[in-house]
Amino acid sequence: MGLIRETDFGTPVRQGEATVSLVIDGQRVSVPAGTSVMAAAMHAGTKIPKLCATDSLEPFGSCRLCLVEIEGRRGTPASCTTPAEEGMVVRTHSDRLGKLRRGVMELYISDHPLDCLTCSANGDCELQDMAGAVGLREVRYGYEGANHFDGVKDESNPYFSYDPAKCIVCNRCVRACEEVQGTFALTITGRGFDSRVAPGPTDFLGSECVSCGACVQACPTATLTEKSVIEMGQPEKSVVTTCAYCGVGCSFKAELQGDRVVRMVPHKQGGANEGHSCVKGRFAWGYATHKDRITKPMIRGSIHEPWREVSWAEAIGHAASEFKRLQATHGRDAVGAISSSRCTNEEVFLVQKLVRGALGNNNIDTCARVCHAPTGYGLKTTFGTSAGTQDFKSVAKADVILVIGANPTDGHPVFASRMKRRLRQGAKLIVADPRRIDLVRSPHIEASHHLQLLPGSNVAFVNAMAHVVVTEGLVDEAFVRERCDLGDFEAWARFVALAENSPEETERFTGVPAAELRAAARLYAAAGNGAIYYGLGVTEHSQGSTMVMGMANLAMATANIGREGVGVNPLRGQNNVQGACDMGSFPHEFSGYRHVADDATREMFEATWGRALDGEPGLRIPNMLDEAIGGGFRGLYIQGEDIAQSDPNTQHVTAALRAMECVVVQDLFLNETAQFAHVFLPGASFLEKDGTFTNAERRINRVRKVMEPLAGMAEWEVTAALATALGFPMRYDHPSEIMDEIARVTPSFTGVSYAVLEARGSVQWPCNAAAPEGTPIMHVDRFVRGTGKFMITEFVPTEERTGPRFPLILTTGRILSQYNVGQQTRRTANVAWHNEDVLEIHPFDAESRGITSGELVALASRSGEISLRAVVSERMQPGVVYTTFHHARTGANVITTDYSDWATNCPEYKVTAVQVRRTNALSRWQEMHQQEAGQLRRIAPAAE
Amino acid sequence: MTEVARLAWMAGRIAAAFDALPEEQAAAAIAAHINQFWAPPMRRGLLAADPATLAPRVRRALSLVRPPART
Repeated sequence: MGLIRETDFGTPVRQGEATVSLVIDGQRVSVPAGTSVMAAAMHAGTKIPKLCATDSLEPFGSCRLCLVEIEGRRGTPASCTTPAEEGMVVRTHSDRLGKLRRGVMELYISDHPLDCLTCSANGDCELQDMAGAVGLREVRYGYEGANHFDGVKDESNPYFSYDPAKCIVCNRCVRACEEVQGTFALTITGRGFDSRVAPGPTDFLGSECVSCGACVQACPTATLTEKSVIEMGQPEKSVVTTCAYCGVGCSFKAELQGDRVVRMVPHKQGGANEGHSCVKGRFAWGYATHKDRITKPMIRGSIHEPWREVSWAEAIGHAASEFKRLQATHGRDAVGAISSSRCTNEEVFLVQKLVRGALGNNNIDTCARVCHAPTGYGLKTTFGTSAGTQDFKSVAKADVILVIGANPTDGHPVFASRMKRRLRQGAKLIVADPRRIDLVRSPHIEASHHLQLLPGSNVAFVNAMAHVVVTEGLVDEAFVRERCDLGDFEAWARFVALAENSPEETERFTGVPAAELRAAARLYAAAGNGAIYYGLGVTEHSQGSTMVMGMANLAMATANIGREGVGVNPLRGQNNVQGACDMGSFPHEFSGYRHVADDATREMFEATWGRALDGEPGLRIPNMLDEAIGGGFRGLYIQGEDIAQSDPNTQHVTAALRAMECVVVQDLFLNETAQFAHVFLPGASFLEKDGTFTNAERRINRVRKVMEPLAGMAEWEVTAALATALGFPMRYDHPSEIMDEIARVTPSFTGVSYAVLEARGSVQWPCNAAAPEGTPIMHVDRFVRGTGKFMITEFVPTEERTGPRFPLILTTGRILSQYNVGQQTRRTANVAWHNEDVLEIHPFDAESRGITSGELVALASRSGEISLRAVVSERMQPGVVYTTFHHARTGANVITTDYSDWATNCPEYKVTAVQVRRTNALSRWQEMHQQEAGQLRRIAPAAE
Repeated sequence: MTEVARLAWMAGRIAAAFDALPEEQAAAAIAAHINQFWAPPMRRGLLAADPATLAPRVRRALSLVRPPART
């Protein structure tokens, strides 16, 4: 495959049923009303020269290169800003137009360095292309006049450079930052000849720029260029694949020289991102070839010995014999596995198949346990299936957006850009979050209500919202009568109408003024289209599942479900959280969310796999760890997860890992968990994989291999080899065959295959005989479970309480430039923005403790203590502090506790009682971690 | 085996989530949840717990908790 050059229509492609018909260069063309003449011409296959226009941006009309002649009209209007009209007759090329265009180009080129042969954009420069297209042969003005050749390059951004000498001030970058990204970081300074692009009164790195790359992508010259292109030159081919970071699941063109990635460019045809990206997906892929990658299998007898490099056969054989020994000695429940949402559907499907078929138990769990397991429980109970209800596009139809416990601009930035676009168009915003996240107030966006609730009070909050809806007559009775179970509804309505659930009564738990909550509830209920988007601030609580059901109740009561613009939408943390859950990675469910105790389903799997399967639910991750400490659980296969950093109460996790006799880690790096492992199986990055990821909108996207696995084996091949060594042969020649098996055994996937994905680009499940095209919006005519089920959502406060010793509440989260435990992003230049975890603390709490920004502080809880730097911030409310868990050396999860969601054991990361004080030293745990980190990662020199 | 105290606490949290239900319904819901989501070693541990250490509604639900088939 060569380099993919996507068609640029010059102005946005309009949608709509009404069309207009016009004649362009003698050819009749029909286009949707609102289409520009430029785009209409492109529909007819005619490229009109342009510089300031590109179809990701609204027309601007500044370059004057796209002039056309229109019969009956005077002059030569710009085709980008002229709408196509019925009966219009347009001429795109003539001697007059050619002369005008050459004149424009002469002016541009008279102030542009003529260094094309050594320019980084050589071969990918629209200015160069246009000079050719208009037939520029001379520049009559010469090159000695005033110019901008001495402009100083801004190299501050680690990923791209800004060379003002090359800038033609077309405004595409400024408009991309505004229209596509919504950050408004760029501007044009000066007037007339002095006009220059600038990231405000600072350099790029110090500016508001979030490095999404939209400006670089929009730039038609070498002004804004990826440093990788400057260093390596132009790519020669493209492979379309899917980003391996967050749950948005952006499509990218990996642009290559051979098997070397030159750059990742967001793919316009990607259903999730439609040509947009964030700093992680666009730029932070260098970890894939980082020197820390481990590419040889390794084993060791104990964690105190150095690792010994061995062959694949020896490593896999050793792991299998150890698991067999443990089961023979301690029973078949003594071993299990954890799969990862960073891995493909095919990979996680095989891991759960290995556990069920080869180990003979259901001790398989996945990292969704510690993030969105409550989403699965809550949405399945109320709606009938464990998934978000909408596609991302749906937000463009929302009238009121209720964001609860999510920080989309940091966690799901590409979706946040869609959301911000809708908010700039006038949709109302309600933010329910303990922190003042960026979305509360950002350029051209201001939340109607920021309900700054106290951590741990979500259920009281959602019950109060429901109380207002029920007691103020805001229930959509027709919808409830037609679509929901009436008995359940009536019981629920009686419950939420109790005075104890009123905003006035719940204010003592939530801290949200009753009047403001009432106003927010009325706004959502009367929205027209009210859409709920939520994140881990909902799920990672001891009442996470209750809260998910509370939001589902609210959406059903107000009929905000089953059409565009509404819904209950989990923003998934990792790229394949949805897929990992779909693939049967939970210990109680086969793929497609069918319980292992269901005889018919189990018998179908038994017939397919040729093995008797266990009908008992298996252990969840926290249960495995508890059992390990109790001595009943001895062996664990961990694919792509780093539980020693990501899971709560680190000292409990590491004690459990130390108690096990065989820990097998399959990963890119010797991560924190690998310190306690006995077998290391080298993993593959997303660039080395064929497979699929399923994003938060249930969209199944292809992951395509860009380079061969550095370790020589694909991850699915390793799992299959391990299963075979355990006596359960798995034979596949390609991941597409695994997907074929998934489709055979999973009713919501029966229409999915690689051929379908090749043909359509992506598809959203359910995709089967009932929905052959897939399902962008769920529960349209009926809920998956039949009638919608209202659930009573009792508010049961967490048992984690503040008091004299631990008077503050710690809540944890993520930031834009880092991802999860940071194993990937810490090995990229993203550390320029965030090279340590810091503690955000309100000025009141800081002052009363004598703390100033930048000082080292001790953060202590009932679980442990760490030291980190403080940042005094009014984002926080008094009494609440915040940090991230991206850096292993900080150890944020040393602080968090074993409290967890009552239904799913999802940890309560969001509420930990803590104390903060000044310090000048690392904590004991941090000192021990520093000492052990080197010891437990030693690799013996390879034998001669 | 997981500490019995931990299992008792987990069961107590499940019971609290069903607190709004009448006692009989709550017992059925608590037991159904445990049967659906708790692995055999956990159910075995809970069933072996001193009933005095369990929340009253968990005690009532115990008779409905399915004993694990295998040891």
